[in-house]
Parts: sequence; C-alpha cells; structure tokens
Amino acid sequence: MDVRINGNKMNIPQDVNTISKLIAHLNISNPVIIVEHNAQILQKEDHATTEVAPNDNIELIQFVGGG
Amino acid sequence: MLQIGPYHFQSKLFLGTGKFSNFDIQKEAVDASETEVLTFAVQRMNIYEPNQPNFLEKIDLQKFKFLPNTAGAKTAEEAVRIAKLAQASGICHMVKVEIIGCDKTLLPDPVETLRATEMLLEEGFIVLPYTSDDVVLAKRLENLGAHAIMPGASPIGSGQGIVNPLNLQFIIEQSEVPVIVDAGIGSPTDVAYAMELGADGVLLNTAVSGATDPVKMAVAMKLAVQAGQLGFEAGRIPKKTHAVASSPQEGLGL
Repeated sequence: MDVRINGNKMNIPQDVNTISKLIAHLNISNPVIIVEHNAQILQKEDHATTEVAPNDNIELIQFVGGG
Repeated sequence: MLQIGPYHFQSKLFLGTGKFSNFDIQKEAVDASETEVLTFAVQRMNIYEPNQPNFLEKIDLQKFKFLPNTAGAKTAEEAVRIAKLAQASGICHMVKVEIIGCDKTLLPDPVETLRATEMLLEEGFIVLPYTSDDVVLAKRLENLGAHAIMPGASPIGSGQGIVNPLNLQFIIEQSEVPVIVDAGIGSPTDVAYAMELGADGVLLNTAVSGATDPVKMAVAMKLAVQAGQLGFEAGRIPKKTHAVASSPQEGLGL
C-alpha cells in the first residue's frame, strides 16, 4: 500500500499494518522514535496497536543533538 | 541545590548536546561536566538512512533529566507541537521554549515565546523559556508561571559571553523562580560571571562541544560554576575608584 512518511510517498507491503511493524520494516534502530499518525501524536505504548492504512500520513521523529 | 518544578539538582550546569565531533567525546564531556540536565532538539528522521548513529545511544537514559528544546519553531503553535512530540517519547521531563524571531541574530521572538509559555503551562508542562535579557519580559514569563527563566547572555553560539550584565542582574534580582543563563557563553570566565551575578545556573553547548578539548572544557565549566557560586555567596568587595592599600604604609620608618 502507498503511505506518506515524512513527506515522502512510499510503498510498503500489505502486512506492514501497524506502526510497530512499520518501524521494524524501515530498520529503524533509534533508541527513541516518536510517531505522528495522521496529525495525531502517538504514545509509545500505542505503536503496536495503531493500524496503518493506505494513504496514511506518518511522521517519524527523533531526538538530535541541540542546545 | 537547584529546584525547577518538582526536580532537584546538585549541578547548576545544563549541557547541550549539539555539534560534538563524535558521540564518544560527547559522552566523556557529559560525564566530566557532572551535569544532570541535557538539552537536545526534535527533528524529522531521515527514513532513507535509518541506521545513522544517534547521540542517545551513548547516553544513560535513567541518569539525566531531559530538556528538549523547540528549535525550529517560528510560532507558539509550532513550539507546542514540538513539545508534545517530545513528551510522547516518554523520556522528557521539561521543555525549553525556543522560538527564534530573527534568522540573523537567532534572538528569540518575545511575543511567540510568551504565548507558547502560556499554552504549554496550561497543558501541564514544566516550562523553561529561552528569552532575551529583557527585564520586563522575564517578569511577564514568571508571572505566567514559568518554572525558570532562561535569558541569553548573547546570541546563540556567538561565544561573546555576557554583553549586558546589568539586565541580567535586574532579572536575577527580581525573579522568584530560578534564572538559568542560556546562550552565548564562550569561556569559564562567562560562566563564573553569570554565577557571580547570582544566576541559579548556566546552560551552554557550543562553548564545550566547539572547544579544542571538549572534555577538559567541560571540567573547566563545572569548576567555573562552582567558583562563581562560591564567589557570589562569599560576597565580593565593592569596586572603588581609588587604591586602598592592603599593606601598612609606614614601613620601618628608616
């Protein structure tokens, strides 16, 4: 299915149907990942239960060095 | 002891995590500084390079209190969104409101900073606004309920030190909440000066990460905080326009 991740259109397999599966699919190893799903900020415990559907808009956010 | 909201700190030095040459040096500098508070920024992930090392990999998440900033925000609404994103990580304790109003000087937008502080306080955040050294604005932020005030010493990353000590002194004297001098610090002299003025703490980043030896500079900054604090508590002598001898002037009368 097609989804939009951080502004980029991306095709992901049909079985990548939750946020947790999407993070695993993208091989993201950051210690902290924050997800905004269709303009809704998700709590970490909701990653496993939040379903990904075609045309979803997903923002993957990280912490980076700063002052 | 420094208290901000519900948190108590032995160290009065807050350290930023930007622009270290590598994460090993950063970790060493963080440890050497003995800071208890680390700041960082919130950013979109590069999904095409998801395995790039992240600075948090070297950081013991249980050991520090985390102060994400809202850098990149131009409006109060954007700052609130960034703060909420950071909060959703589950590891953050406070938020530094940072809304830049001028790309050339990186000075904060006072109106948006005030609005964001009010909005975030209503949402229950522990809010530390980064502000200019405007005395009245600092009081307005405090009156809203800000948990600490963080006036800049000089423009971010400039290393110019404290360019308006009088304003900082006024802010410190009037404030009922902690004052953390933030931005523009260049050397241990600046840190000691801020503490001698009566500041409750100092937040710095580039002064350590950009030093030739960041680890040694982290130690120097730690000691400067302590020296300045002790000097403030000890009470310095007043400045005089004329010499006052510290030795007897009579000598042996030969």
